Amino acid sequence: MRNPVTAVNDFVVKFANVNGSGSASANQLFAKAILRMGIPIASRNIFPSNIQGLPTWFEVRVSGEGHLGRRGGVDLMVAMNPQTWDRDLAEIDQGGYLFYDSTRPMPQSRFREDIHVIGVPLTEMCNAAYTDARQRQLFKNIMYVGALSALLQIDPVVVETLLSEQYKGKEKLAKPNQDAFQMGRDWALANLSCPLGLTLERADKVGDRIYVDGNSAAGLGAVYGGATVCAWYPITPSTSLAEGFERYAKKFRTDPDGRKRYAIVQAEDELASIGIVIGAAWNGARAFTATSGPGISLMQEFVGLSYFAEIPSVIFDVQRAGPSTGMPTRTQQSDVLAAAYASHGDTKHVVLFPEDPHECFAFGADAFDLADRLQQPVFVLLDLDIGMNDWLCEPFAWDDSRRMDRGKVMTAEELEAGRVFGRYLDADGDGIPYRTYPGTHPDKGAFFTRGTSRDRFAKYTEVGAAYTDNMQRLLQKFETAKSLVPRPVLRPAKEPTRTGVIYYGSSSAAMKEALSALEAEGIHVDALRIRAFPFHGDVEEFVAAHDQVFVVEQNRDAQLRTLLMTECGIAPQQLIPVLHYDGTPITARFIRAAIGDKVLAQILPFAGAAAE
Amino acid sequence: MSFLPKPKLHHPKLPTNALGYTRRDYEGAISTLCAGCGHDSISAAIIQACFELDIEPHRVAKMSGIGCSSKTPDYFLGASHGFNSVHGRMPSVLTGANLANRELLYLGVSGDGDSASIGFGQFAHSIRRGVNMAYIVENNGVYGLTKGQFSATSDKGSKAKKGTVNTDEAIDLVGIAMQLGATYVARSFSGDKDQLVPLIKGAMRHDGPAFIDCISPCVAFNNHEGSTKSYDFVREHNEAMNRLDVITGRAPITADYAPGEVREVEQHDGSVLRLRKLHADYDPTDRVAAMHHLHERKAAGEIVTGLLYIDPEPRDLHANLGTVARPLNRLQDAALVPGAAALEAINAGLR
Repeated sequence: MRNPVTAVNDFVVKFANVNGSGSASANQLFAKAILRMGIPIASRNIFPSNIQGLPTWFEVRVSGEGHLGRRGGVDLMVAMNPQTWDRDLAEIDQGGYLFYDSTRPMPQSRFREDIHVIGVPLTEMCNAAYTDARQRQLFKNIMYVGALSALLQIDPVVVETLLSEQYKGKEKLAKPNQDAFQMGRDWALANLSCPLGLTLERADKVGDRIYVDGNSAAGLGAVYGGATVCAWYPITPSTSLAEGFERYAKKFRTDPDGRKRYAIVQAEDELASIGIVIGAAWNGARAFTATSGPGISLMQEFVGLSYFAEIPSVIFDVQRAGPSTGMPTRTQQSDVLAAAYASHGDTKHVVLFPEDPHECFAFGADAFDLADRLQQPVFVLLDLDIGMNDWLCEPFAWDDSRRMDRGKVMTAEELEAGRVFGRYLDADGDGIPYRTYPGTHPDKGAFFTRGTSRDRFAKYTEVGAAYTDNMQRLLQKFETAKSLVPRPVLRPAKEPTRTGVIYYGSSSAAMKEALSALEAEGIHVDALRIRAFPFHGDVEEFVAAHDQVFVVEQNRDAQLRTLLMTECGIAPQQLIPVLHYDGTPITARFIRAAIGDKVLAQILPFAGAAAE
Repeated sequence: MSFLPKPKLHHPKLPTNALGYTRRDYEGAISTLCAGCGHDSISAAIIQACFELDIEPHRVAKMSGIGCSSKTPDYFLGASHGFNSVHGRMPSVLTGANLANRELLYLGVSGDGDSASIGFGQFAHSIRRGVNMAYIVENNGVYGLTKGQFSATSDKGSKAKKGTVNTDEAIDLVGIAMQLGATYVARSFSGDKDQLVPLIKGAMRHDGPAFIDCISPCVAFNNHEGSTKSYDFVREHNEAMNRLDVITGRAPITADYAPGEVREVEQHDGSVLRLRKLHADYDPTDRVAAMHHLHERKAAGEIVTGLLYIDPEPRDLHANLGTVARPLNRLQDAALVPGAAALEAINAGLR
């Protein structure tokens, strides 16, 4: 037998469960308890497109160093699902641990020689303690958390506090949960050698950070951004974004008489969703929809209208693996081009790339100011990994002196004072015209909105010069957007280098970790995190300052790289794609290997060959 | 189309309404449709209805999709904001606009291609959601802009200009609207202005989803022998259930009617729909009976017109959603943004 893995505050625990068995809240309890001990964690749900019965996994990476990307590998497998037993066992690192329900004896052949096995008769204990079938199932989950608390040295006081917080006002429920936890813990202490090689030690590495999913954060961002109309169609993995908006809007935007300062419509499809958004925004409300790749495809025609008729719209796209239905419950960054150039004709749009829930909130609010200011669609590209997983991130922040920027809206007073109003007239030279809300003035400022060509005063025309004049102004507006969208964030290497890397969105956590690992190997890489399209001037400067720039993405076709080449005229050979697209979140190990091997191969031309 | 713009000057004695506007103030740009197009008559009826109702033009939002009918909002109410959106999607755009500002009047103009084919789903869902609007389909049974293809409201057996006979079942938008909960449902004919103007007025004063299917012959592609949407065919088969007057003040009945001949229905906003019955047993407040009657008369080859169903106490989408009375587009930061302290409390709950 291998020596057992030993580690303090640095290991991966994976729970293999059955969908619908109530394991989620127990696993959450486990994760939060570690956080409350001041130890950073990164947690991820890996789940099927199913409600009940299929396998589901929950992975907790404990990282005292604060690495929040997926690490890869498993040190401790909590194997609660007989269906996936073999593959779960295969995933455990050598010297790792298997925790299982030992009620039914398993033949020796079903185990591995090179791992350490911990059996706890959970079913037997539950059957002895409870008569109700549902209780037996639910408390079994809490019981394994109890056993794990003994094995990994989770502070039981922390768990007690969490349970009492969770069941505040429902104290009757706290007690049985507490008992089940204790039962598992006591059994482990009495029968197993505790702790394992994997242990937790209280630390102070969490600080004031919060633990939240990106979809809730973006929904809250929309509340703070002043959105009043939400129209959406259910689609994984974006559904919880609209639900998050509803939850927070209900809490903060309900009048004492119960009436709502918001409207949410679950539309008949994505076309109607974006249509409602455009109608509401045309009429002066802030409106958004939340969807995923297939929805983006369906919305294409309307997005072109929003661009050409210059109507603000905010579209949250929680990306999943495509094309078509693809892998609905797996993550990808594969809608970058679909969003940036959405619709027919010549179009391009503002796209924001939040890296975590903190930015999902911030960009979620900013998107509405940008859309109003620019009078065009703004995409916020989350992905399943950020959207549906709880992330440890900086707390949400808000400045009370901030006011909504409604952009260029001409008022009745201005019209009355004789200001010239041309709906598509570039009065300020920034490409952005003035608009009026319907009903503003009895005889001034009305115009006819159409997706068809018109002149600067919104009169129908098919004259080529008027059309090109308008299209050129839209380009001017896109130039203006460059200075308004979030700037890229530079992370310079410790030593001067001619190698750079560009990355964005949820790759950020894995990227940070990969950069430290590369640095430890003496490979220095300047890193630029892109936060928005159109690209800020910083991006071109960054590429020009390096001989080669890796572009790390979670899609097959290097979509951001394509955008960089097309929009900035960068030569293809200068941008080296690093692509991860199997539907699992990108890992630091993957990025480190891809960049490290390539760089080493250049320094030592035969290093790569020798390693193969 | 007419290339002669009407002069802005008008006779000083042109009648004005209660707001001091003349009928001319409700006009729009010059129509670019074919001379004799039924749609232009509907535009004229809308102008007349809004003039007679003393509606402030800028308090109307004109919404449409794509097609000949959807072009028409440019040709009336020039002082209103208009939105010629995308094909078949007017209902969703109108729904959004209505959510943003519940105080404007929403006039949706669509066609049979726009509402019965590409936009059938949006038509249906906007009705069942109870959007407060007047939704007019200018129904000519044919695709005009693309030169004469059958639409989904073309009757089975109707003949196209080039001789093809339609083999598909027609969609009856009135029947669908009634089934899906429209609370004001009418059918009319662009060639019968006396019937159409009051029906539009009633719809504009209705506080819920009001739907008018207006048969509007296409002079270019669907006005020939063998068509069931031609002027001649509709005139021959038109069977009006009632004649409507919309009374906004409490005007007394002046004409003499036989007992039971007139029925008055008071709408939520106080306007009165005075219905002169042409079919003694037709009760436009009985939805099930109305639907039955519609099917029966259709089988007999009649085109039933008039106010076919009315629920004087409708509920609209805003009531269903429980939104505040103040238009959402007028809410400011204080009403919308919870602020830093609330956010700090959220942060605390996420640790």
